[in-house]
Amino acid sequence: MNSINSLSQGFAVQADVVRADTVQVVQEASGLFSWTWLLIALPLVGAAVLLLGGRRLDRTGHLIGSAAAIGSFVVAVALFIALLGESGGERSYLVPLWEWFNAGGYEVRVDLLLDQLSMAFVLLITGVGSLIHIYSIGYMEHDERRRRFFGYLNLFVASMLLLVLAADYLILFIGWEGVGLASYLLIGFWQHKPSAAVAAKKAFVVNRVGDMGMVLAIASMLVVFGSSSFEVVFAGAGSGVTTGWLNAIGLLLLLAACGKSAQFPLQSWLLDAMEGPTPVSALIHAATMVTAGVYLVVRSAAIYDLAPEARTAVVVIGAITLLMGAIIGCAKDDIKKALAGSTMSQIGYMMLAAGLGPAGYAFAIFHLITHGFFKANLFLGAGSVMHGMNDEVDMRRFGALRAAMPVTFATFALGYLAIIGLPPFAGFFSKDKIIEAAFAENILIGICALLGAGITAFYMTRVMLLTFFTSKRWADDAHPHESPRVMTWPLIGLGALSVAGGAGLLYIGGGIVDWLEPVTGEEHHDLPLPLALLIALTLTTVVAGVALAWFMYQRRPVPAVAPAGNPLVTAARRDLYGDAVNEAVLMRPGQYLTRSLVYVESRGVDGAVLGAANAVGGLSSRWRRWQTGFVRSYALTMLAGAGLVVIAMLLVRLP
Amino acid sequence: MTFPWLTTLIAVPALGAALTALVPAGRGRLAKQVAIAFSLVTLAVAIAVIAQFELGGDRYQLAEQHVWIEPLGIHWALGVDGIGVALIALTAVATPIVALAMWPEAEAERRDPKPFFALLLLVEGMILAAFLAKDLLLFYIVFEAMLIPLYFMIGMYGGPQRRYAALKFLLYNLFGGLVMLAAVIGIYVQSVDAGNPSFLLTDLMALDIGADAQRWMFLGFMLAFAIKAPLWPFHTWLPDAAAEATPSNAAFLSGVADKVGTFGMIALAVPLFPVAARDFAPVIVVLAVISIVYGALLAIGQTDMKRLIGYTSISHFGFIVLGIFALTDRGATGATFYMVNHGLSTIALFVVVGFLISRRNSRLVADYGGLQKPAPKLAGVFLFAGLSGLALPPLATFLSEFLVIAGTFERYRAAAVIATGGIVLAALYILWLYQRTMTGPVRDDAAGTRDLGRREIAVVAPLIALILAIGIFPRTVVDVIDDGVGPTLAEVEVDVPPPLVTVNDLVEGNDQ
Repeated sequence: MNSINSLSQGFAVQADVVRADTVQVVQEASGLFSWTWLLIALPLVGAAVLLLGGRRLDRTGHLIGSAAAIGSFVVAVALFIALLGESGGERSYLVPLWEWFNAGGYEVRVDLLLDQLSMAFVLLITGVGSLIHIYSIGYMEHDERRRRFFGYLNLFVASMLLLVLAADYLILFIGWEGVGLASYLLIGFWQHKPSAAVAAKKAFVVNRVGDMGMVLAIASMLVVFGSSSFEVVFAGAGSGVTTGWLNAIGLLLLLAACGKSAQFPLQSWLLDAMEGPTPVSALIHAATMVTAGVYLVVRSAAIYDLAPEARTAVVVIGAITLLMGAIIGCAKDDIKKALAGSTMSQIGYMMLAAGLGPAGYAFAIFHLITHGFFKANLFLGAGSVMHGMNDEVDMRRFGALRAAMPVTFATFALGYLAIIGLPPFAGFFSKDKIIEAAFAENILIGICALLGAGITAFYMTRVMLLTFFTSKRWADDAHPHESPRVMTWPLIGLGALSVAGGAGLLYIGGGIVDWLEPVTGEEHHDLPLPLALLIALTLTTVVAGVALAWFMYQRRPVPAVAPAGNPLVTAARRDLYGDAVNEAVLMRPGQYLTRSLVYVESRGVDGAVLGAANAVGGLSSRWRRWQTGFVRSYALTMLAGAGLVVIAMLLVRLP
Repeated sequence: MTFPWLTTLIAVPALGAALTALVPAGRGRLAKQVAIAFSLVTLAVAIAVIAQFELGGDRYQLAEQHVWIEPLGIHWALGVDGIGVALIALTAVATPIVALAMWPEAEAERRDPKPFFALLLLVEGMILAAFLAKDLLLFYIVFEAMLIPLYFMIGMYGGPQRRYAALKFLLYNLFGGLVMLAAVIGIYVQSVDAGNPSFLLTDLMALDIGADAQRWMFLGFMLAFAIKAPLWPFHTWLPDAAAEATPSNAAFLSGVADKVGTFGMIALAVPLFPVAARDFAPVIVVLAVISIVYGALLAIGQTDMKRLIGYTSISHFGFIVLGIFALTDRGATGATFYMVNHGLSTIALFVVVGFLISRRNSRLVADYGGLQKPAPKLAGVFLFAGLSGLALPPLATFLSEFLVIAGTFERYRAAAVIATGGIVLAALYILWLYQRTMTGPVRDDAAGTRDLGRREIAVVAPLIALILAIGIFPRTVVDVIDDGVGPTLAEVEVDVPPPLVTVNDLVEGNDQ
């Protein structure tokens, strides 16, 4: 064991926070752990091979891509087993790779940090990622650019792993932008559709607004700590930095998180991102990438623990987004957009929990993982439905599909039961913990979380009924059929995780809360009301949501064209005017500014100079009349100039 | 006597220019081959020079000094520091790439390519001399003299308005140069007064010049450099030159030649006039931030691809100037690093746009659309060049842009915050350009667009490889630059507050 450094956890102790008794130590990796880089290298090499390999790999590209993802998953499992073999306080390994640069004392190393938190993410990314790779073999079968698709997917997996394994904010940012690039490429995968190209650009640009927060947060860390490595920043946060700086860094990181995780006010790109192929929506825009913001907040626990205002902001943003997303999800007829609204909302839950500090960090990650299971399940299910329905996405053209696609229906139903939070499905455990923690923190926040659960039950029941129950409203040429096995097996796997993932993670071994505790800390607040009552209240709300949807959609005929709704419905259909606001506040003034600057540039700044230039230009054209070319005239000018220099210098020299 | 490496580095391209010019008329192909061969020999010499550079060694290494005009204290004095190493590397790498890219452009022009290749090598020699000169007058002479060949390169080849653009370029830069001449003479007078008439930089830096005199001379230098590396509001010649010159010439102009301006700022204006640099820094920071935002907004509003890229360069030059005048180690190192990366990145963008133009004979964005379908490789390198332009990590441009922002944030918080807005605008102008030219349905008349050929791949592949390699392993380059920036900033004697919290003791205290 070489240098043993204590990380944040030892320092960021606040009076009312109960941290691990033993300080988590970061050990230099040896043995199996020093192979952690393989996790990233496998998909990265896969991406390079697939993207540079050319047409000759068209027939095997999907297999290479899937093998790379699965290989990475195998390494992840091996590392996990090895970590399980260590005791609780010794599960944190630093894997040194190389020094990136050192500019004026600011040193950044490309090192990887494998600890309980990054391990949880690595398993989620490679596990769900592998299933989605396999599913895509079937889903993209008829696409002539399938090889490239798998190349982009591998690029995404490699970037996402770098994001969660980095041990320095600047290295994390490389992964952060890498997933952004992969997301851009995959949203716009069907580039011949202008809507896809526009959506891809929008996602990237909105994310860049968030990136401003990340860049400035790191710049602030340099001013305050002189470093952006986790080790130094976390240790420094607890050693006398003003709360003002910590709040500033916390808020800047939150801005970054809002971009990547589609939280208010940077949520507008996610709904448009559904232009991408459905496996992309499942992997990137539901299960993994969009949760990176939650990872960022939880990873930065040492900062947020000591930045109460920033934490409050995280909670408020989470609460707003969870309600916004849920309301939007209620009004969408496009099955993927309904699920996208739901993703926003569920990430809002995670953000809310992360903002609660040590009382909520572990629950945020818990919900993040179960959500990864059931939301990937739901998206792939939606993809399976679309696959059988000629790529139709309008739920008003679905109905009564349960008989035609039994496996899809059954697995989708498991995901549905998980997301609305019925026991014993996965979402019940994870969401319930967040609602509890929210009530313990603040009754208002608790009510928001509870209300969100009810709305979730409503919109998910609506999706379920419109798709698999009610009456047939299919297009004339629709011949729904079950998807091939290469697609249904991943669904079955994710369906199983949607059932057992929650209880399993909570109760097997010490459970995920104990597992994460050395990284996230732990804290208990007393509930203002008995736990049993709260659970009963939550379940009642959920049942009410389900019942309402049942009465609205199952008991009444569903019109094939959406009826005009009340103002709230209209607002929700238009994404609560997110785009309208962006357009009015940013786009139109921006276009106006750009246009007027172009005008001013040609008339004003340049005009003045042009007057002078014209004068001289006229002069030079007169010169041209007595001289044949420019060469001589300028040679003459230069000669005269040189003579002037010599004379001037002689004059200076004389006295 | 040691081998005069630096003189050789200047002489090889100059000799190449002469030989290229001597190639008989009508043998255009031979002229090209001679020129490319000499640019490659220059690259080899540059590599030999760089290999001999020692980190932490003398400030100016491989120095040569010969009296030129003794009574005036003028010397043929050359030397190289870390900043110089970075820029001669850029110049030596870029020239053969530009020459190779020019190859078919010249054919499309139906004009004898010989003068272009001869002038290109001549300018390369002058640029290298500017980066190596350790005598102010020598620097000034090549700084001014290179305008003439550049003028002809723009005026003889390119778009319909090329003569106008060339004249504008020349007048702007001559004007700046004349004002600078007054300042050059001014500082010489100071050395005369001090009893040691000399143009040697080491002598001039040792002078103790009064604050007022410093201010006037600093402004004289800065005007010339701010025109050369266009800083708002002295920038308007660049978009015209970028639009009218051939793509490879535009690449050379804004990618390499303009770096002499930013080099002049950090290697001459700041260390020669430290008091004035400190005084004027806030004003220049404001102009730099305006450049960043203004250049980016104008880029968004352009309809001509080359003009668009010209404006992105104005935005990027804003970052470089910002980093220099933040007067922090990180900022100045980032700015110098940015000069190299902007060179590679802008050359890539211009060259790829040149590929597009060679296919459809139009500079207008509106004449393109859906090209990724018939020409996926072309779309791929276009996107790569664009991502490098918007500074996506881990491409080389990212680290330099980040260091500039972080270095500026240490001293000028508001300026850094506004400059950071540039990263959003950059995403907008690049991706919107990509969207309009490469995505969407394939236009009927574009269905048969050819994909990249072998020679085209040979032009962009080294750029792509360098942008990736420097981005992933920037350590050596940053070390070399840092080595040159340290002593330069030391002349200015400004303090940057240390980190508020020093945790190194704390962390190391736990070592066992």
